[in-house]
Amino acid sequence: MTERAEPAPGTVPGEIETPERGLWNDVWYQFRHHRGAMLGTIVFTLIVLAVILGPVLHPVDPTHIDVKARNALPSLAHPMGTDNLGRDTFAGIIEGGRISLAVGVTAMALALFLGTLVGVLAGYYRRLDGMLMRVTDLFLALPILPLLLVVILLFRDALRAAFGPETGIFLLIVFIIGVTSWMQTARIVRGDVLALKEREFVLAARSVGTPDRRIILRHILPNVLSPIMVSATLGIANAIITESALSFLGLGFPSDFPTWGRLLFDGANFMALSPSRVIWPGLAISLTVLSVNFIGDGLRDALDPRARGR
Amino acid sequence: MLAYAVRRLLFAIPTLLVISFIIFLILDLAPSDPTANLPLTIPQDVRQQIRLSLGLGEPMHVRYLKWLYQFAVNEPMHALEQLTGHHFSATPRVRVLSWQTRSPVVDLILQRLPQTLWVVGLSYVVGILIAIPIGIVSAVRQYSWFDQIGTFVSMVGYSVPTFFTGLLMIMLFSVHLGWLPSIYDTNLRVTDVASFWAQVKQMIMPVMVLALFNAAQISRYMRASMLENLTQDYVRTARAKGMREWVVVMVHVLRNSLIPVVTVIALGVPQIFGGAIITEQIFRVNGLGQLLITGIQGADIPLVQTLTFLFAALIVLFNLIADLLYGMLDPRIRYD
Amino acid sequence: MRLRHILTGASAAALMASAAHAERGADGQVNVLYYQAISIMTPYLSSGTKDIDGAALVLEPFARFDPDGHLVPYIAQEIPTLENGGISEDLKSITWKIKPDILWSDGTPVTAADAIFSWKYCTDPEGGCAQAPYYDDVTDVEAIDDKTVKVTFSVPKPYPYTAFVGAQSPIIQAKQFADCLGANAPSCTEANTMPIGTGPFRVTDFKANDVVTLEANPNYRDPAKPAFATLVLKGGGDAASAARAVLETGEFDYAWNAQVEPEILAQMAAAGKGEIISAFGTLLERLHVNQTDPAPALGEERSTVKHPHPFLTDPDVTKALSLAIDREILVETGYGEAGRPTCNLVPAPEYQNSPNNDWCLKQDLDQANKLLDDAGWAMGADGVRAKDGQRLSILYQTSVNSVRQAAQALIKQWWNEIGVEVELRQIDPAVFFGGDPGSPDTLQKFYADVEMYADNFEGTDAERYLGQWVCGEIPSPETAWQGGNTSRFCDPAYDAARAEMSTTTGDEDRAKMTIRLNDMIVNSAAIIPLIHRGRVSTKSKTLGGVEMNAFDSELWNVADWYRIK
Repeated sequence: MTERAEPAPGTVPGEIETPERGLWNDVWYQFRHHRGAMLGTIVFTLIVLAVILGPVLHPVDPTHIDVKARNALPSLAHPMGTDNLGRDTFAGIIEGGRISLAVGVTAMALALFLGTLVGVLAGYYRRLDGMLMRVTDLFLALPILPLLLVVILLFRDALRAAFGPETGIFLLIVFIIGVTSWMQTARIVRGDVLALKEREFVLAARSVGTPDRRIILRHILPNVLSPIMVSATLGIANAIITESALSFLGLGFPSDFPTWGRLLFDGANFMALSPSRVIWPGLAISLTVLSVNFIGDGLRDALDPRARGR
Repeated sequence: MLAYAVRRLLFAIPTLLVISFIIFLILDLAPSDPTANLPLTIPQDVRQQIRLSLGLGEPMHVRYLKWLYQFAVNEPMHALEQLTGHHFSATPRVRVLSWQTRSPVVDLILQRLPQTLWVVGLSYVVGILIAIPIGIVSAVRQYSWFDQIGTFVSMVGYSVPTFFTGLLMIMLFSVHLGWLPSIYDTNLRVTDVASFWAQVKQMIMPVMVLALFNAAQISRYMRASMLENLTQDYVRTARAKGMREWVVVMVHVLRNSLIPVVTVIALGVPQIFGGAIITEQIFRVNGLGQLLITGIQGADIPLVQTLTFLFAALIVLFNLIADLLYGMLDPRIRYD
Repeated sequence: MRLRHILTGASAAALMASAAHAERGADGQVNVLYYQAISIMTPYLSSGTKDIDGAALVLEPFARFDPDGHLVPYIAQEIPTLENGGISEDLKSITWKIKPDILWSDGTPVTAADAIFSWKYCTDPEGGCAQAPYYDDVTDVEAIDDKTVKVTFSVPKPYPYTAFVGAQSPIIQAKQFADCLGANAPSCTEANTMPIGTGPFRVTDFKANDVVTLEANPNYRDPAKPAFATLVLKGGGDAASAARAVLETGEFDYAWNAQVEPEILAQMAAAGKGEIISAFGTLLERLHVNQTDPAPALGEERSTVKHPHPFLTDPDVTKALSLAIDREILVETGYGEAGRPTCNLVPAPEYQNSPNNDWCLKQDLDQANKLLDDAGWAMGADGVRAKDGQRLSILYQTSVNSVRQAAQALIKQWWNEIGVEVELRQIDPAVFFGGDPGSPDTLQKFYADVEMYADNFEGTDAERYLGQWVCGEIPSPETAWQGGNTSRFCDPAYDAARAEMSTTTGDEDRAKMTIRLNDMIVNSAAIIPLIHRGRVSTKSKTLGGVEMNAFDSELWNVADWYRIK
């Protein structure tokens, strides 16, 4: 593992042309032997299992208020204590995890998809570059808060009518976060693609008449994977925090839906009074982001043609 | 390259015009209202009177053109008149006035610039200075202890929001230890050693909070990009030629790894001028970020429009600079 | 650091001066923190509380209200009354006499012309004056002589203390604002940010939305006051950290509006550096109950009087909802010293507070359930009551605010317990209170069943406040959703009684009238009063002379503040 910096012998970029079956077997093999990646996968799976199975183990309604047990310290009944209304923090973490993870992963995926698409197209096709990058500039410059108010004004009631209150808000939040956070990925991917498309192996592929689509998928994309993986990791953290920021504008889930970001924000002022209110949500977010980071690392290593096959 | 830069700059003008119009459209469509902050005891007809006195009775395109004229003609002319002391016309020029404070927006921005540059700007510089070495070492010694700790700190630093880290620092350094002030004094003038020391003390916490956040992000991109390049053929060639490892890493690999980092930094510099809304709020730095957020909350359209537009201009400018830097870092990138 | 220097400097200076309080500027600097920063120094162009308070340091009216709601003369020699002849017999004019020796901070005397100018300034139709209601029905302001001002009304005014009374309508200097009338008002940046006043301080430096620096007014009428030489009014941040700067770190002497969860405030106060102060005015946190149907299916006609609400027009349903609420718990979790349970719409002052409505003070879920049972609302299998296919399901909206969200969560649970289904919604305050007719989320449009916010009236007279509940004040598409009657309450008997009040004179009779009108509203289906809210701020234990005031600016007596040694 640690001698990863050593270049693997006998690898040429063309090796990515190995048959499909072998490629994915290789990737899986490589991934399985990546200690960080496996650890990340295990932790992430545990978090996902906990938020799915949690209500079975700890059957407490996270919105149930018990005014007699306000600001309680951790105990058997409340393993992570309670908040200032007497709501169970552990139940909140479990329930909040569902929303935070769902929003984090979906919004990140949307932003990543948009960013990569725009970045690759702009970097690869010069005719599209100017137009796409000006659109990126525009999105970077838009005043986010007033924009959100406009989006809410235009779409909330329509989505609520079409999908019901919860799914409607979920879609709206994922859309808002995705559409307002793809620009950095796009700029980074474009920068890399600009350099990559002048590299020898791309020129070689083009000179033998490889179609553009194949060049992009086979030669360009695998080589911009590392910044994309970083964007993915940072994107999840961003999405989870942004989701909570939205609910302070009245744009997110109603206040009785706990989410990790919201628990952390609400708990911040109670930091000295009941520290467990901030430690657990903070830990949950950090662990999720860390585990995704390690999974991303492993995936990138595994997909890297030069590191594979050792 | 020069021709390209000039062409891009010329093209930036229509781009910015379009952007400014879209921004105005969004601000106009947004349902917030400049009289929303007034107590409910103010009756509706008075509110309507206030709205009319702010010019809200006119159609949207008239208001946009007015703003554009005030911003693009009157403000530069005013600045010129101030500089030269010569008045080009007898009638006073109507400057872009904020609705909330009724004072010229440009003056407000100039008033806020020093603390924003000091705190947000410095934190960015500190962040970059921390991030690049960490990124390099983490990549060269991948999966070493240094790398693992760096990864941990930067991921936690990025995933824990600044409202939390800021508050934690205040609780620790201001409340319990009493070492640092929790409130930034914008009236402080650095004139001697004591006031300089006071300035340093009040800057430490906000700068560190922001620097941690920035460093986390940049170091991750730096590390990833270095890793990508360390396995390239040219590195092997360079090593095979007998170059020292240090030269290989610092000259060849670093230069080729900087493209994504340059992109991130170029995207971040305009953010400095956007201020750091949460950090400024927590430590009461009252810079451009706080100006923007109070403007948005008060539906102060001239203020928000002007700030956002300046921000847009910086984004366009720095993205151009990034594109030019790509060409310098990798001569194979051509734009013509 | 800097603060410590100033404090030590100040106490050193105090040691030298034997009679510390008898000398202007002897106590050094006082630091005041407003987490909403000051935007402008005149209440005429912004009526945000923060701006009114900032201006109150510099600008003064003829008279202010004291913490009990009584008038105290400031620029005026005395309070005009019917008895002393200051108010005419027909109640159509009031005559104020200016104190003879009073000077502006630039050294020139205050004259009747300044008052006349202030009236003209605020009533100019192009000026967009935020305090125009203070000059309602004023037909003329004239100078009897240099120091006597007569205000004439078009109708008899049983309560004439509106113009030039209270923090909202101070006297501004005619000379300074001469070129700032009407459309020119906003562009007078210098006058708007550094006004010349008669108050204890004058502005030396103004950084909009950030910090205002003031110094003692050298021409202030009391040569021994103010005790502080300079005052710094810093802005920014949030309520909790503002309280922390006074109570825990001691960096500031006074912090405005500590609306923070009571347990946090108590914990901060335990540090021993400061204390929490509060005062009660007329602010009431309430639930407005929509008397019209907000169903989206009604399209343009939703929340208009054409469609009465399917179940909330029944006073018994509203009464049940009210009885299900434990107001003590709301106070305990959200307001602490800044809240008291109440069942009245007019909660203060004491003499016009109705004694007839105490039934809601104690939570009674059994009684609430019984009311609903009796009204025919049968509990369904899913725990939600229904009658004739109509479920008791409520959309409950309010602005984004952590205390309000806690109250929403609590009330939702209590209502669930009596078989009422609740969906919560939070709206950005800039939208909710914005009144933009294009937005569906304003409090006037009320596209929900129940909404929560706080409202009050300035001063002590409730006539205009109660006027919001007449049928003609109902917001509707025809009025571009303007109007103060958000509940859409309409009762001809109420309208008649309200008209009677505008001809009622005498404090006692007016108080009786107020109570009668109050009882008509709170016993209808249209409102659930929740909490009588006070102002709550924090002050350092070294700051003396502070008297918290809820009827005027809370900085009303800043001239009397001093440093406790």
